[in-house]
Amino acid sequence: MSEPILTLNNLYTDIAQYHILQGVDLQVPRGQVTMLLGRNGVGKTTTLKTIMGQWTAKSGEILYNGQEMTQMPVSARARAGIGFVPEDMGIFRDLTVEENMILGCTSGPLDPKRKDWLLGAFPALGTFWHSEAGNLSGGQKQMLSIARAMAEERQLYLIDEPTKGLAPAIVSTMAQALRELKAQGASILLVEQNFSVAKALGDTAAVMDDGRVIWNGDMAELATNSDLQERLMGLSMEAH
Amino acid sequence: MIVNLLSGDKPRSAVLTALLVLILICLAGAPFIFDGVRPLDTAARICIFILLVASYDLLLGYGGIVSFAHTMFFGLGAYGVALASTHMGRGFDALLVGSLSGALAAIVLALLIGLFSLRVRAIFFAMITLAVASAVAVLVSQFSGLTGGEDGLTYKIPRVLTSANRMGEFLGTRISGKILNYYLVFTCALILFLLLLRIVNSPFGRVLQAIRENDFRAEAIGYRVVWYRTMATCLSAATAALAGSLFAIWLRYVGPDTTLSFEIMLDILLMVVIGGMGTMYGAVIGATLFILAQTYLQNLMGGASEATAGLPLIPDLLDPDRWLMWLGILFILSVYFFPTGIVGRLREGRSA
Repeated sequence: MSEPILTLNNLYTDIAQYHILQGVDLQVPRGQVTMLLGRNGVGKTTTLKTIMGQWTAKSGEILYNGQEMTQMPVSARARAGIGFVPEDMGIFRDLTVEENMILGCTSGPLDPKRKDWLLGAFPALGTFWHSEAGNLSGGQKQMLSIARAMAEERQLYLIDEPTKGLAPAIVSTMAQALRELKAQGASILLVEQNFSVAKALGDTAAVMDDGRVIWNGDMAELATNSDLQERLMGLSMEAH
Repeated sequence: MIVNLLSGDKPRSAVLTALLVLILICLAGAPFIFDGVRPLDTAARICIFILLVASYDLLLGYGGIVSFAHTMFFGLGAYGVALASTHMGRGFDALLVGSLSGALAAIVLALLIGLFSLRVRAIFFAMITLAVASAVAVLVSQFSGLTGGEDGLTYKIPRVLTSANRMGEFLGTRISGKILNYYLVFTCALILFLLLLRIVNSPFGRVLQAIRENDFRAEAIGYRVVWYRTMATCLSAATAALAGSLFAIWLRYVGPDTTLSFEIMLDILLMVVIGGMGTMYGAVIGATLFILAQTYLQNLMGGASEATAGLPLIPDLLDPDRWLMWLGILFILSVYFFPTGIVGRLREGRSA
């Protein structure tokens, strides 16, 4: 197997006086979907934000394509091919859907083929192409947020709870888009509470607790073993 | 063709379009439509302040950057022309050299301030600009040997641009160099305004708007926020300096009160807010209304005060000396009823 696209070694991150990450070890295999799971407040979002650089790691290593990037500026990480979809979406409300999408492309104009693919995956964006993004519904904003991250080809996507609060029909649209993204060769690190989505999409999984990764393995193994789920996350996810 | 000139940024409101066309016609034909020296002077000021306010809007409305140094850049351009005209003698070369060196000085200073302070929180940048602007204002009044101190500088501009240059009559109006000078100001301001419109509607302008809304997201997509903010500051400073140069060419005088004072800074802020931030056209509406009020409110009130002389209290309230109070009331009302500025309100009215 080729080297992982992303490796975290013993990563520590503090937010104010709180020690949120306490030695995270994680590998994201190339071309696969890695699920980052765990209860609320164990550091999943902080892990993504530390990889992106919104929080600076206190110690430890972030190796991206074998290159250490703990001190790299946020924009440099993005231009190195990392796309980040945060939980709060962060779309630009005053700008139109089109302008948001164009802004997603930092290295040139929006590729027409890619645009067609994204509008096929998220038809609502085509309908509201010239509307201000602030006027979209919650689900549409979420789609725009993900589509904007996909607007140009990136190697690694960090996606934080893309299906949170969405109607079931939109959840399956979203899952299908992520599957297509993976089929194009991208690697994805996905935080997801919706277990059926996690089961359907994930190749590998890492479970966090208390600022560490406490379990690492195949998603399929975790999905079929409810004792393991109970032990790792304090709940059986089959119930959901 | 017109849409292209406006960089595709249409006014998007019938009333706004009508207002803009009216202002454009009045300014373009000012020497022929209005009689006398004072209306022409007011029209020139309006042209210059539209440009100055628009350049500030690039910073505040599009970039979300609060700066108190805008009059400093305005002053740099004005003093550039004044010093060049004083030391190189009257001539177009002096005007050109003065304008360009003023703009260059503004860019360098903006770059320094930007690189030092735009990395950190917005409030820090605002404080730094305030400090630098105050320091420059003090320096200008202290180095009186060079700058004329509080008295300012009076200098000569090319004779072609002064009233001494008579060129006959056209449409019943005597054409003098002063009118030529006005058209120089008008044309330069119009071109630079259209250029600003182009900038805010370019990909660069979109990134600025994105940064204003959510700077971390813009950074996480891959844009270097500091670089964009610094570029915006430099562009805005350069344009403000050029507006200052036009002002100096028009007035043939510069002094701290007319170019550097904090009052002008406040005026600029008011014009941006009244017109509507982040719209560019707001600068046109805001500057025009404000300058007109500043120039004519006192006259109007004088007339009203005399007309109501028999009544109790009212003549006192309408005394011309109280014009600032009425301007203040107008400002409060406009912020209360049009929180997004006049342009913002007009555009909402259309979509509602």
